[in-house]
Amino acid sequence: MTKPVIEIQNISKRYRIGAGKEPYLSLRDEIAKWLSPAAMRARRAQTELWALKDVNFDVSEGEAVGVIGRNGAGKSTLLKILSKITPPTEGRIVMRGRVASLLEVGTGFHPELTGRENIYLNGAILGMSCKEIARKFDDIAAFAEVERFLDTPVKRYSSGMYVRLAFAVAAHLEPEILVVDEVLAVGDMEFQKKCLGKMGEVARSGRTVLFVSHNMAAISQLCSKGAIIDHGRLDYFGSAQDAVKRYMAAISQRNGSIDLIGPTSNADETSDENTGVRFRRVFLTNASGDVCDTFFIGDEACLCFDVEFTKRVKAAQIGFIIRSVTSGNIYHCVTRDAGFHPTDLFGKITFKATFPRLALYPGQYVLTDLSIDTPTETLEFIQNALYFQVAEGGPQVYRRLSSHAAVVHEVPNWRLERDGFHVEGSSGLQETSGVADPERSDVRVGI
Amino acid sequence: MSDLEYVIAPPGRLISIDWRELKRYRDLFFVLARRDIAVRYKQTILGIFWAVLQPFVTMVVFTFIFHVIGNVPTQFDAPYPVFLYVGLLFWRYYSETLTGSANSMISNAGLIQKIYFPRLIVPATAATTGLVDFGIGTVILTGMMIYYGYCPSLIGLLIFPLLLACAVICALGMGLFAASLNVKYRDVRHALPFFISTLMFVTPVVYSAQALDKHPIVKVVMLWLNPISGVISSARTALLSHQSVDWRILGVSTLMSALFFVFGLYYFRSAERYFADIV
Repeated sequence: MTKPVIEIQNISKRYRIGAGKEPYLSLRDEIAKWLSPAAMRARRAQTELWALKDVNFDVSEGEAVGVIGRNGAGKSTLLKILSKITPPTEGRIVMRGRVASLLEVGTGFHPELTGRENIYLNGAILGMSCKEIARKFDDIAAFAEVERFLDTPVKRYSSGMYVRLAFAVAAHLEPEILVVDEVLAVGDMEFQKKCLGKMGEVARSGRTVLFVSHNMAAISQLCSKGAIIDHGRLDYFGSAQDAVKRYMAAISQRNGSIDLIGPTSNADETSDENTGVRFRRVFLTNASGDVCDTFFIGDEACLCFDVEFTKRVKAAQIGFIIRSVTSGNIYHCVTRDAGFHPTDLFGKITFKATFPRLALYPGQYVLTDLSIDTPTETLEFIQNALYFQVAEGGPQVYRRLSSHAAVVHEVPNWRLERDGFHVEGSSGLQETSGVADPERSDVRVGI
Repeated sequence: MSDLEYVIAPPGRLISIDWRELKRYRDLFFVLARRDIAVRYKQTILGIFWAVLQPFVTMVVFTFIFHVIGNVPTQFDAPYPVFLYVGLLFWRYYSETLTGSANSMISNAGLIQKIYFPRLIVPATAATTGLVDFGIGTVILTGMMIYYGYCPSLIGLLIFPLLLACAVICALGMGLFAASLNVKYRDVRHALPFFISTLMFVTPVVYSAQALDKHPIVKVVMLWLNPISGVISSARTALLSHQSVDWRILGVSTLMSALFFVFGLYYFRSAERYFADIV
């Protein structure tokens, strides 16, 4: 068979913002639109959005293709079109083989139904026949490790059991083409490894896999080919390794520097009087010293401030705030906290503040409230100096991080103690609080 | 590799129904229908008994209000409860199926957005689950007929499935149309309960179609536009009397039900392609 298994030809998908993205329309809006067709046409042109535009590529039998791109680039739209969930606006796709698409783990699971019933339900939803499910039933239950709870409603399952069961059903599909969207986003790392292993098995068994993920490591491990989608267009299609490299390079290439001289500056400078101290340039560099404005979690990031001192300053303190665009101030860093006391400052000086491991969730951040102070006065103060972003994915991320879930991505040291609960300071607590009545101590805590 | 080859392309103007595909997905249909039936009375004390209790209470209350207080006459000298119950049996099936299928696309939005299958399966499932209640209702009706000493004619028994088929396609046809509208305009959610409760009184459920003889225009309009009214009056004639069924009424009902069904089906098919985007 020389024909490709999937031929994607000039696929485009248009959404109408307003018609497509609003939760629903009311009849009144629609009538209003009918009444003024001219206004409608004008509006339509404005609110069109091409989620995908002229995407072309072929996938041969047995290939595993990783699809990468930023959020909103059109990856999921592509998978939805491939899965026949939504039709393309233009172009065509030829598929040769039985397709199973897994855009979500546990689609259609019903909480009231038992594990057994849900295996049948989910299996049928994924396209298996009842006979097929019956044949694989024991394997599925064993893989999910839920044999004992088959007759318990899944609403009583722990979330781990639930996900295991859902994945087990999906893992026993035997399609010729498997389309998978970020299913690794759920579950713990152990489980993710299991998923990845299963997907590797599928890919190696000669079946065709199309896989969307933010996990670059998984893409380069599992996939032979990689496709980068950017703003609805196919940016690159080639070997997975190259695709990952290109994507990582593209994401960190954009200029993350701002010159604070002249009218091009968009920072809000507030110190007018000439104190003899000026910020000249503010920029961010990555581990290899290149200027960039996009980082992954755990990357090394270095904040650099070029400052020109036209007047000799005996001692000064530098400070800045990192603010999340959505969640407010995150860090307020000053030199003194680090035991760092710059002295005898004159001429062109670059201050560098390095975060060896950037612990911020994906999102937009702004470097603000840059200040140079002496014990008596503020020599320089700039707000909103530089925007930068933390991108999804990266080498140290094992799950999908929603930008709204948290702001600081801290990784504590985990350990586990098995020899019973250690009761610590329970008597000490009573002594110090001096209150035996737990209700009253609660009140004290509340105040 | 299987020989399965298909093309995904922008939808054309021509709307067709892929029967082969529907057949391939029949297992999903059964599984979903089983799910809806199984889930229905989960975590209830009375369980399936609800399917008996609800129509029974309705029958008692309506008999009191309409027959005892309101002096609404019965037909064929049948006791009013039996007369009413025949109407309620079909009416309940019709209203449940219509509501169920109209809301089915919304309540299964999670499925529709994440997986492909012929969308028709979802509203069709709603038409099937109503059949369970209908079956239970039929058992009660049989009990009542025995209690009151009624024996339906052979013809009556024979056309009973035809009447049910009429009710199914009529309710499903309207349900498909309402489901398509509901995906786009949630106004349906508010309009439908009102529409159904009003329609109940524009259908000979609590009164007989005979009572409309004095208003021939109303009667003709009701017969043509509301196929379920013809179904109910035919069912009463067939089950409760030994008169022959008025084939004109039955013919019109069947024809109109079929028309509703075809219209609903095609409207649904033309709208379904964008369900995943806007639901």
